Amino acid sequence: MRILVVEDDKDVGGFVVRGLKEAGHVVEQADNGRDGLFMAASEVFDAVILDRMLPGGIDGLRILETLRGQKNAVPVLILSALADVDERVRGLKAGGDDYLTKPFAFAELLARVEALARRGKSEGPVTKLKVEDLELDLLSRQVKRGGQKIDLQPREFRLLEYLMRHAGQVVTRTMLLEGVWDYHFDPQTNVIDVHVSRLRQKVDKPFPSALIQTVRNAGYMLRAEDN
Amino acid sequence: MRLFATAPAGAPLRAPELVEAHPPGDRSAEDRLSDARSSDARFSDARFSDDKPADDRRHLGGRPPGLLHSAGFRFAMVYAVLLALSAAALALYLWWATAGLLDRQTEAAIRADVQGLSERWDEGGLPALVLTIRERLEQNVDDDAIYLLVDPTLHPLAGNLHAWPSPVQRADVLYELSVTRAGAPALAQVQRYDLPGGYHLLIGRDVQARAKLRTLLTDALLWGLIVVGVMALAGAFIVRSLFRRTLANVSATAAAISAGDFSRRVRVSGRGDEFDQLAETINDMLDRIGRLMEGVRAVSNAIAHDLRTPITRARARLEDAALHAMTLDELHGAIERATDDLDGIVAVFQALMRISEIETGSRRVAFTTVDLAPVLADVAELYEPLAEENGLRLVLDLPSSSSASPAASPAASPAASQSASQPVPQSAPQSAPQSAPQSANPLAGPTDSLAANPPAKLLTRGDPEMLRQAVTNLIDNAVKFSPPGGEVRLSAAAGPAGVEIRVADQGPGIPPEDRVRATERFFRGEAARNTPGSGLGLALVQAVAHLHGGTLRLDDAAPGLHATISLPFGG
Repeated sequence: MRILVVEDDKDVGGFVVRGLKEAGHVVEQADNGRDGLFMAASEVFDAVILDRMLPGGIDGLRILETLRGQKNAVPVLILSALADVDERVRGLKAGGDDYLTKPFAFAELLARVEALARRGKSEGPVTKLKVEDLELDLLSRQVKRGGQKIDLQPREFRLLEYLMRHAGQVVTRTMLLEGVWDYHFDPQTNVIDVHVSRLRQKVDKPFPSALIQTVRNAGYMLRAEDN
Repeated sequence: MRLFATAPAGAPLRAPELVEAHPPGDRSAEDRLSDARSSDARFSDARFSDDKPADDRRHLGGRPPGLLHSAGFRFAMVYAVLLALSAAALALYLWWATAGLLDRQTEAAIRADVQGLSERWDEGGLPALVLTIRERLEQNVDDDAIYLLVDPTLHPLAGNLHAWPSPVQRADVLYELSVTRAGAPALAQVQRYDLPGGYHLLIGRDVQARAKLRTLLTDALLWGLIVVGVMALAGAFIVRSLFRRTLANVSATAAAISAGDFSRRVRVSGRGDEFDQLAETINDMLDRIGRLMEGVRAVSNAIAHDLRTPITRARARLEDAALHAMTLDELHGAIERATDDLDGIVAVFQALMRISEIETGSRRVAFTTVDLAPVLADVAELYEPLAEENGLRLVLDLPSSSSASPAASPAASPAASQSASQPVPQSAPQSAPQSAPQSANPLAGPTDSLAANPPAKLLTRGDPEMLRQAVTNLIDNAVKFSPPGGEVRLSAAAGPAGVEIRVADQGPGIPPEDRVRATERFFRGEAARNTPGSGLGLALVQAVAHLHGGTLRLDDAAPGLHATISLPFGG
């Protein structure tokens, strides 16, 4: 994927760019608002990582507002040291698709950017999700694996749906808290792992191969087990 | 010493004091003044004096304002001008009421004479008029009447003037002129009146006495105005010094505080006047600022102390790895653990920021009417698997809607018999998980749930996200501290004063001596020493409760802890 990183801090910017390249993405970088706006407006990217506070008079929100004013719908992830609820709301209102506060783990950033870029490409509403032999019907709210029906609680259903929509991608615990439980803060204890392990009991355990993989230091991923 | 520099209005008044203050033969005041100026550069601009020692004036917050910029001076001037204006108004009225009245009386008398004499002329012609004039002159007790009747050649026929005064040319005009009457010069007010046949009549009054009175009155009023002016200036200076003295109290306190002495307070005179009210308000404000500063200091100490430990740990790990790691794996491991330590520090920071964000109250603008029932159900649903894994039973206990609506009748007893109490169902029968209520019957299928009693609404006003975080923290604590086999009960009920959310566990509880401090930032009880956590959870719960106008209460549940959030009704 082609990703633009607009970040003025050399260390953070370099770290992000190296990481993204390692993950196989094509990365362009701008270290000030003017260049960032120019590149974002004139080239085509799959996603933009935008620092909120930038030198040179044009800050992240200005870039975002300008892009959205030009009907440019490129997915934008805002990076910011401002963690207030209000700041977050402002960022999302300005047209941001996701908001990540500094400091962040790279795995979190990568997972979110990939999810954003993928979401930008999804075509139309889906009624059925399928990964390997696992099928999820959004209309009848039924889950089957290898033709065998699996009974899930509503929340487990939503958790599985989220994982399947992001199949093949890393999904972090924070993303699950936000996407499935609508929690925008981290509980002190890690409650997500227990929910995932319950889901595994139903979706993976009775079957020969596991679909829900744990990605170390990052989160989870739904995909066929590696051989 | 007193400083008398250039006080334009004050200098003349104060000058005698200056002379007294310095013995004759001493250098002039101007010399001493320039000494004072050079000796203390800070007051080189001091353009007025006050009755305080110079030393005390340092507390007035630096350089005193110039005379024209001094509010005291402005007030004093306003006072002086008002006094002078009212005195002038009084003088004008006096003038009008005395000299003016006399003028008008003379005019009226002359007009009456003209009227009377012209009637006599009409009745009896010239002889009657001459007779009347003589009569009138004889009867004039005050001896101030002036009459002169002349024929067409200006020859006097009757009256008490010897000759027609030459300036009197026109009729119907009042002339004021000096005449010679009975051999003596006098000031007279006269009017000419023309009669048929070329006769002219001059009627007037001697106003010599009135002119004297007018001079007297003018002098008296002028002197009066001068005295008033002097008194106004003196009063102005008194007003100004009162003003300055009162403000000096406040500004000396403020200066001392800004210099670092926070124990100072504004002196209250005890008279209960406006200045006392101001002083009390300022003192209250200072007390509050003091408490806040104390809090900030305590928190920053705690932050410094509590963050030092993990930072030290992370630093030690990294340095140790840099010096001693033999393999790449060891190095990676050390870096990873140090990163975890840093994440922990970040989490503490975020919790602190969140608490202070809540405490500033800025989130209150986002308040809406919140039904607590789904909020609590959400939290219970999130923690139920974790509780189960820890061998605990998490029970959600919400009043069912079949009982009288508690929000509508707060007096209704939130009795346990009316509440639907159940373990959090494994198969919660809702299809829309965000908002669907927990069913009263854990065995009910998805279709039955609509028929079952949903929990009653528990309405309050607030920020649902924050309330959820507060409840989450309480449940998190309860699950963390409860021994396996116990029960954690999350209940809510409408009491007489509002909605109460209670989390009861069977853990070790908090000893009474720690309970007050348990909600302080970073406080960790003995029992919590060996569990992970930052000591910020209850502080956040309390901050949320206070933001919503409620309280957090910690009670002994023997065994265990009852944590109760009381919120006012809303909706």
